[in-house]
Amino acid sequence: MRKLRFRPCGNFKEYYEQELTIFETDFGRMWMWIGLFLLLFVVPFVGSPYTLYVLNNIAIAAIAAIGLNILIGYTGQISLGHGAFFGVGAYSAAILATKAGFPFWLSVILAGAVTAIVGMIFGIPSLRLKHLYLTIATLAGQFIIEYVLVHWESLTGGAEGIILPEPTIFGLNVSADRAFSWVVFFSFAVMCWMAVNLARSRYGRAFVAIRDNDRAAEGMGIPLFRYKLLSFGISSFYAGFAGGLWAYYTVSITPEPFTLFLSIEYIAMIIIGGLGSISGSVFGAVFIIMLNEILSQATQYIMNLGAFAGIALTVAPLREFVFGLAIVLFLIFEPRGLAEVWRIIRSSFRLWPFAY
Amino acid sequence: MKAFRGQPSIFASTQPDDRRAELEVRNLNLSFGGLQALYDVDLTVKTGELLAIIGPNGAGKTSLLNCITGYYHPQEGQIIFNGENITGHHPFEITKRGIGRTFQNIELFPGMSVIANMLLARHIHCEYNVGLASLFSPSVKKEEVRHRRVVEELIDFLEMQPIRKKPVGSLPYGLRKRVELGRALALEPKLLILDEPFAGMTLEEKEDMVRFLVELNEAWGQTMLLVEHDMSVVMSISRRIMVLDFGKKITEGSPELVQNHPEVIKAYLGDTGTI
Repeated sequence: MRKLRFRPCGNFKEYYEQELTIFETDFGRMWMWIGLFLLLFVVPFVGSPYTLYVLNNIAIAAIAAIGLNILIGYTGQISLGHGAFFGVGAYSAAILATKAGFPFWLSVILAGAVTAIVGMIFGIPSLRLKHLYLTIATLAGQFIIEYVLVHWESLTGGAEGIILPEPTIFGLNVSADRAFSWVVFFSFAVMCWMAVNLARSRYGRAFVAIRDNDRAAEGMGIPLFRYKLLSFGISSFYAGFAGGLWAYYTVSITPEPFTLFLSIEYIAMIIIGGLGSISGSVFGAVFIIMLNEILSQATQYIMNLGAFAGIALTVAPLREFVFGLAIVLFLIFEPRGLAEVWRIIRSSFRLWPFAY
Repeated sequence: MKAFRGQPSIFASTQPDDRRAELEVRNLNLSFGGLQALYDVDLTVKTGELLAIIGPNGAGKTSLLNCITGYYHPQEGQIIFNGENITGHHPFEITKRGIGRTFQNIELFPGMSVIANMLLARHIHCEYNVGLASLFSPSVKKEEVRHRRVVEELIDFLEMQPIRKKPVGSLPYGLRKRVELGRALALEPKLLILDEPFAGMTLEEKEDMVRFLVELNEAWGQTMLLVEHDMSVVMSISRRIMVLDFGKKITEGSPELVQNHPEVIKAYLGDTGTI
């Protein structure tokens, strides 16, 4: 066995394979395995149901945010329809489970596939439209999907929504918070790994090329339209997969959560986390979900104080305000997001006691 | 220390057909609304040749290149590459058929490193699909390593070893031009089209670039089509020169012939009769 590589004081690489690894050092790889171990085998046992509920929501949001980051951060196609795609995933899983009687795992994966197709259809305007104009076209997609979810009652159940069966895997019921967290954490880890792999393959490079300079990308043999659609497809697959998991987790779904505000929340996640970075999407999801939870806890706390109950009602819309503030502050002070903050912290540890 | 000067493996092809580049342009007419950019332009490029196109500003040189590489669609005329009509194809299809190009105003991807820029050009030679890529299977890894090796050979050839990990946006202009040449070479083009490769360079950078281009053409048989303003460079490296003026082909031939052609002198210096 070779020696573990921590932080060599120079470049001692001998093979090109060594440059293709996700983690530059064994130290990083070791921490990844420790983190994965903690997430899969420690957290589900020691976490309270509430902690697990928050963590599950974070992991689901992170999967969807990774998808959006592939589309916006890597390919540079700004989409305002991600919340709706999340909803398409949730509804596809619910419909496949209730009407077609598919098992849990299959309906979640197929929900991703269905959403990928829907996402590609709404990505067709990217053939002609760029930048702001494409954003407005995807906004239209958001409203069309919202309308369909409410009004196609025979399929979606209209405003009443759908109640999903309990999820089972290999005959085991995984509907409880702890059991479901295994499913969610495992899918999260796999989806993260796949996204990182895509980013370092020819597809990731092609996406970045389309973002940076689409004219030159075409000259390098990249079929723009096909790759933009592919990006929409991959991004929507992530959204749909996350939506499917979320539908099983919340048991009953209605069209209400899948509004424009959800799309904006996802955009906030990737801006705060860091555009064009897979880890950034995860950081962003953690930040936004935690912010949501803290704000709702705070509102509840104030309401229970009695004397301040009147104020609480005025404080409730504070959520949107804090959201906007967080985005603005990040854009001013750290436009590259939490991923960059994390990088700076890491390298300052590495470089200590020198400044750089 | 002298840099390693081996022959990059992409030029070592044993099949003569792999490097075949026969371009024929017939009666090309291009207009933008009422402005006619090209009138009945004919052009042939043979395998292994270095053809230069010169002409005053606005003569239609870049328009001609853009027609060949698919960025502009000519109203009339045909462009035939290796026996196949490529008129009106998309740029990516033309690139796949073996025509690689550089741009007049450098069109690199500023956020990506030199290596990533050049690896991107290997895109058309990658064979794996999305599914395998998302799993990063051993076959994908093997292929990525192979492309990395090709890119490293070109980096060696172009003497860019110290900057290979630098983001392109941080490089000086002359080096960016060199990276762009490297990226075009990474496409393994049969025909390499260079749009003003010497523009805005210092003398040393020009000399380096001339050295690379001459070695590419004469030692390794790379077919090239070149647009350039720097007369001393054009006259010294090309065997055949074509002159465009106001969208029309004036003449075509050896440097000596072109230099003494009265129409060419008129196009560049004005009418001597009026002085």
